[in-house]
Amino acid sequence: MIPYIFKRLLSLLISLCLASIVIFTVVEVAPGDPAAFMLGINAQDDTILALRKELGLDQGKFARYLSWIGGMLSGDFGLSYTYRSPIADMVGERLWVSLPLALYALGLSVLIAFPTGLYAAAQRGKRGDAMVMGATQLGIAIPNFWFAMILVVIFAIKLRWFSAGGFAGWDDGVFSGLKSLTLPAIALALPQAAILSRVMRSALIETLGEDYIRTARAKGLSKRATLWHHALRNALIPVLTIIGLQFSFLMAGAIIIEQVFFLPGLGRLVFQAITQRDLIVVESVVMLLVFAVIMVNFLVDLAYAAVDPRLRSQA
Amino acid sequence: MPIKTGRLLRISAAALALTGGAVAAAQSDLTVALQLEPPHLDPTSAAAGAIDSVLYSNVFEGLTRFASDGSIIPGLAKSWEISEDGTSYTFHLNAGVTFHDGSSMDAQDVKFSLDRARGEDSANAQKALFAGITDVSVVDPLTVKVSLDAANGSFLFNMAWGDAVIVAPETIENIKTNPVGTGAFEFSNWVQGDRIELTRNADYWGTPAALESATFKFISDPTAGFAAMMAEDVDAFVNFPAPENLPQFEADPRFQVIVGSTEGETILSTNNKMPPLDNVKVRKAIAHAIDRQAIIDGAMFGVGTPIGTHFAPHHPDYLDLTANSAYDPDLAKQLLAEAGFENGFETTLKLPPPSYARRGGEIIAAQLRAVGIQTEISNLEWAQWLEQVFRGKDYGLTIVSHTEPMDIGIYARPDYYFQYDNPAFQTLMTDLRSESDPATRSAMLQNAQTIISGDYVNGFLFELAVPTVANAKIRGLWENAPTQATDLTGVSWAN
Repeated sequence: MIPYIFKRLLSLLISLCLASIVIFTVVEVAPGDPAAFMLGINAQDDTILALRKELGLDQGKFARYLSWIGGMLSGDFGLSYTYRSPIADMVGERLWVSLPLALYALGLSVLIAFPTGLYAAAQRGKRGDAMVMGATQLGIAIPNFWFAMILVVIFAIKLRWFSAGGFAGWDDGVFSGLKSLTLPAIALALPQAAILSRVMRSALIETLGEDYIRTARAKGLSKRATLWHHALRNALIPVLTIIGLQFSFLMAGAIIIEQVFFLPGLGRLVFQAITQRDLIVVESVVMLLVFAVIMVNFLVDLAYAAVDPRLRSQA
Repeated sequence: MPIKTGRLLRISAAALALTGGAVAAAQSDLTVALQLEPPHLDPTSAAAGAIDSVLYSNVFEGLTRFASDGSIIPGLAKSWEISEDGTSYTFHLNAGVTFHDGSSMDAQDVKFSLDRARGEDSANAQKALFAGITDVSVVDPLTVKVSLDAANGSFLFNMAWGDAVIVAPETIENIKTNPVGTGAFEFSNWVQGDRIELTRNADYWGTPAALESATFKFISDPTAGFAAMMAEDVDAFVNFPAPENLPQFEADPRFQVIVGSTEGETILSTNNKMPPLDNVKVRKAIAHAIDRQAIIDGAMFGVGTPIGTHFAPHHPDYLDLTANSAYDPDLAKQLLAEAGFENGFETTLKLPPPSYARRGGEIIAAQLRAVGIQTEISNLEWAQWLEQVFRGKDYGLTIVSHTEPMDIGIYARPDYYFQYDNPAFQTLMTDLRSESDPATRSAMLQNAQTIISGDYVNGFLFELAVPTVANAKIRGLWENAPTQATDLTGVSWAN
């Protein structure tokens, strides 16, 4: 168990290091001077030079890379060029939107996918299975932003059950915050649920073909009990991988949904920072997201060890 | 135990009163949507017009200010005297003006603001507005004397800009996140990425605002903006980003649509030093190849006013010179042949992000192709455009909207990105600067318009319009945008 964890930890650190180099290089190579952008076309040259100096842009690339890494390791993510406020605070505020949204969407996705996948596997080859396959096909094919706009037209404009977007904040209570995240979460969850239920279905079908399942049935266990106690646990491994990947996607990839519902989340922060050439925000937030994705994968690896006894005794 | 009838009646009455109160209270709160969020809240140290859109006249005020018709009216200065030679301005400030933190606004604050803007390490994006100031002195708490190095007929106009608002030294530290001004509204809260909240200033020195509070919401996506308006999540959307939907709002009795004019001259900027665009016949050919109305209809859904020179058509001194560049593709081909390009030529067309550029650019490319001019279109982000086109001057044609008011003076700068170098025009601008007589100024401005139109410096396309969609019951929203601002001081709900 310990060597397994140690190996995973090492690969985590190496991935982070490589990611930071790639991120820094790509962002720095982008054309356009942040100071010139911030001050506009009427600014005089000396004003721009003064701002470049203030933002630390006159230093060499390597020096900037080192101070960025050093700052992150000590918890200081620097000051945004545009807002001039600590990036850590900005990210913290946006996380209060993106994280609950990602968890909400993930929760809905699992809630829809598990019963659907189970039902399809139980009904494999029969009409129920075909219906589920057809529905999930549709769910995967539909672009989530288009689906989001349809939701807005029906539920916000026509029925007025929800607002068309925006985030009400958590200050007025958990319920009002969740209400503003509901339509976005549904828009995000549906395609993910479609994918997840297919994975669940195929993982279950594969497991159900194993010998120990036949033994359990031969021993007299009912179909349902076999499914629950034996098949499900083993089918969870691929499902867990997908859930981990989906969480990473939901955290970082919700940018389009955030645009459609004008939510102040992490995705929109990065998008605006790129257009405003707020290089340091782009670097720090992307690094944070990479860290989150790698961490989630690491946790999924640990979960594997918990679920799969074969991994626990690996030399 | 069942509730007694009397108690039930009292509870229902209270509930009714509460709901009744809630309905009445809603009428003094306004939610305005804007496309762009300000990067921070200091109008004196950034070029972002979005800052002025939220704070100008609402939270911050200057010595003078813009009225809705574009004229310059007194602001914090209630009156002024100008010396004979025009180099000395004495401003008399209103008495009893306080900043939102309670401290009083006096001549010291004016001196502080102007010195800060023109100082050596000033981060003011419009430092040129203060360039001619040689001294600012405090005569007494309500009187300030500003000395200029030369007479400047636009000095009062310059002082009305958002970059010249009066700020206080006590609160300057945190101005970017906690702006403290003298306006009819106080800054209350900023949820970054979402909204800015303002509340009425109870101690305002002038006529108090009718609204109790105002919230600016930031919705950049045009579809989301449309949805928010239709779902009545917001009460008004200034500079509505989806003009294709305007007819739908006009037909809906819940809404009113106001289409006004701005100071944004949208032009096909031409690199006057890049062959063959350095030949005036070629530029004239381009001007005649363009069908302005087709661009307005195709790119702006019919919303916009054609212009024939670099001047706002709603301005009294505007001269309609659109005939100089009337749509005439045959004349364009003839001129090209005379210039030696009967087979046309190829040039670059670099387009920044706004839809007037992207959509308009494709239409213009097609119109130019019809007379033999091939354009290589590249879509750039603003940062790239600034670097390549604006600073690098590495372009043939580009489309951009110049939104600063009264900016015809940019044609007197030979190093400006279109590189137009006409000494006669430069002299005219210098003379205009020191001229204060309104009649002479008018004549000079009209002369200026004629010169740049005749030299075909750029392709003058149209003046950007500002469509505002709002709840039909709102009164007092500005129609035109003489400066970037969303002045809510005179806005109220009708009953």
